[in-house]
Amino acid sequence: MMSLYTRRIWINRIGITLSMVATSLGLIALLWILWTLFSKGFGALSWDLFTQDTPAPGTEGGGLRNAIVGSGLILLFSMLISTPVGILAGIYLAEFGRISKFASFTRFMTDIMLSAPSIVIGLFVYALFVATTGGFSGWAGSLALALIAIPVVVRTTENMLKLVPTSLREAAFAVGAPRWQVSLRVTLPAVKSGVVTGVLLAMARITGETAPLLFTALNNQFFNANMTEPMGNLPVVIYQFALSPYDNWVSLAWGGALLIAMLVLMINIGVRVVFRNKDKR
Amino acid sequence: MSEPSAPAGIDLHAKQVGRFRLQDKFFHYSTQFFAFIVLAALVGILVSLTIEAWPTLKVFGPAFLWTNIWSVPDDQYGALAAIYGTVVTSVLALLIAVPISFGIALFLTETCPLWLRRPLGTAIELLAGIPSIVYGIWGLFVFAPLFAEYIQPPLQELLGDVPVIGDWFSGPPIGVGILTASIVLALMVTPFIASVMRDVFETVPDVLKESAYGVGCTTWEVVRNVVLPYTRVGVIGGIMLGLGRALGETMAVTFVIGNANRINGSLFAPGTSIASTLANEFGEADPGLHIASLFALGLVLFILTFIVLAISRWLISRSMGTEGL
Repeated sequence: MMSLYTRRIWINRIGITLSMVATSLGLIALLWILWTLFSKGFGALSWDLFTQDTPAPGTEGGGLRNAIVGSGLILLFSMLISTPVGILAGIYLAEFGRISKFASFTRFMTDIMLSAPSIVIGLFVYALFVATTGGFSGWAGSLALALIAIPVVVRTTENMLKLVPTSLREAAFAVGAPRWQVSLRVTLPAVKSGVVTGVLLAMARITGETAPLLFTALNNQFFNANMTEPMGNLPVVIYQFALSPYDNWVSLAWGGALLIAMLVLMINIGVRVVFRNKDKR
Repeated sequence: MSEPSAPAGIDLHAKQVGRFRLQDKFFHYSTQFFAFIVLAALVGILVSLTIEAWPTLKVFGPAFLWTNIWSVPDDQYGALAAIYGTVVTSVLALLIAVPISFGIALFLTETCPLWLRRPLGTAIELLAGIPSIVYGIWGLFVFAPLFAEYIQPPLQELLGDVPVIGDWFSGPPIGVGILTASIVLALMVTPFIASVMRDVFETVPDVLKESAYGVGCTTWEVVRNVVLPYTRVGVIGGIMLGLGRALGETMAVTFVIGNANRINGSLFAPGTSIASTLANEFGEADPGLHIASLFALGLVLFILTFIVLAISRWLISRSMGTEGL
């Protein structure tokens, strides 16, 4: 029979050991996925990946040029939409909406939108945009991704603005500045790096989003820089190629996966290194 | 236009103030408008999905939810198989993810050396940043084959003869299926749950923990009897957040769930989820009842996740004390 004391010590040891095992499981998963990406994706990395378009089924060679350019355009426009909308809505929540019912309701809904299923947003944009204008297009893809990015920008902007000391605002008011100048020229610049972080994280969030693009931007096996047409993009190409029976396509899918994963991880690590802000979302 | 009697400076000042007032009003309402967009999008999703799903809701009524049929040739649709797959994979994923997340949060807040906290925390957050499609192809090409070869057969040998439980592990070990999808999902939601848990664990006042340590509690006892009771609400909120994520996850599940539109008692069997059915069928759906039923599935998923996420946010904000409602 163990004494109570030894028993407690042992329970503690087991608990702590299990927590370390759990943490190492998380790390192992991360390293395993990264290692797989590199070992399978590295072979596909070549100049052709950036200079050739996606190959026809069953043929050799080819690259991902059309998908890379398409993804870039879709991302660019979705960030151009979501950045101003998100920042202005964030300003409203932080500057005007501290006590208003409408603002706290909006804040709550924004938090829900942060984790809403992205495929449903794809359905929404399909019903709203694709079905009514009669076609899949890059614009529809940008709109869907923007809807996912906006809540991220809103909440980071608001959280950052809340960190600005009230005295700074009061000082600006005291010299006679109107509210809009206080917001745009005093408080917003004060948290510039935090807001940039939010925008970058939003971009990282939508870079790999596949589900909302399936029914909006669709895909295009040819090079296309026209946003009103269906547009090739990396996530959907990866999805289609990975599930195909052609070895060449599967290998290209790994190459594409390595590209977007690296981009996303670089943004994530980059903002943590550059802006060592303690933002808690 | 200055009155001849008033000094020009004061009048200029009054005009300036008036202009600022107008500008401020404009600024206030325009920022409010953008905040409104977020709300409008949410309501818009609900309305547009309902409109598009209307034919299905009219033909099948609420029975759509509990009918186990999905047949495109017969134009008969019911959501049961998809709802079953969605709920089972998500719940199983949580059963795996919650203890692991708890362990990670415990380690990061209590036992981890200070210098290691930041890099370890970042690594776990990076796991959350990896796009879900990467989890999907990793699950399909790397995890599923290993699972079929090294884990499924021993599981079957070990538990196959146990009554009831044995049925869960019956069928050919093909790698893809409900259980595989659950494990990949668990991996995906673990970082989300772990980081919420870590954040709420950090809200426990040091004095409370120190007094428990002071009377001789072990770390485990402190976490079990002080930290967990103190943060219970937030921890449940974090778990619900993970559940919300798991329910709506598309890509990671679509790759590994096997995409068979039926209910099978075995966890090794392929199944389907709402999100994976949408991803698979929506692109080639026939206009009419088929596409309307897919929209109805989307509506079900949206309402389900909305409720789960609303509860989660409410609990987390209550526990953290500052944000949200």
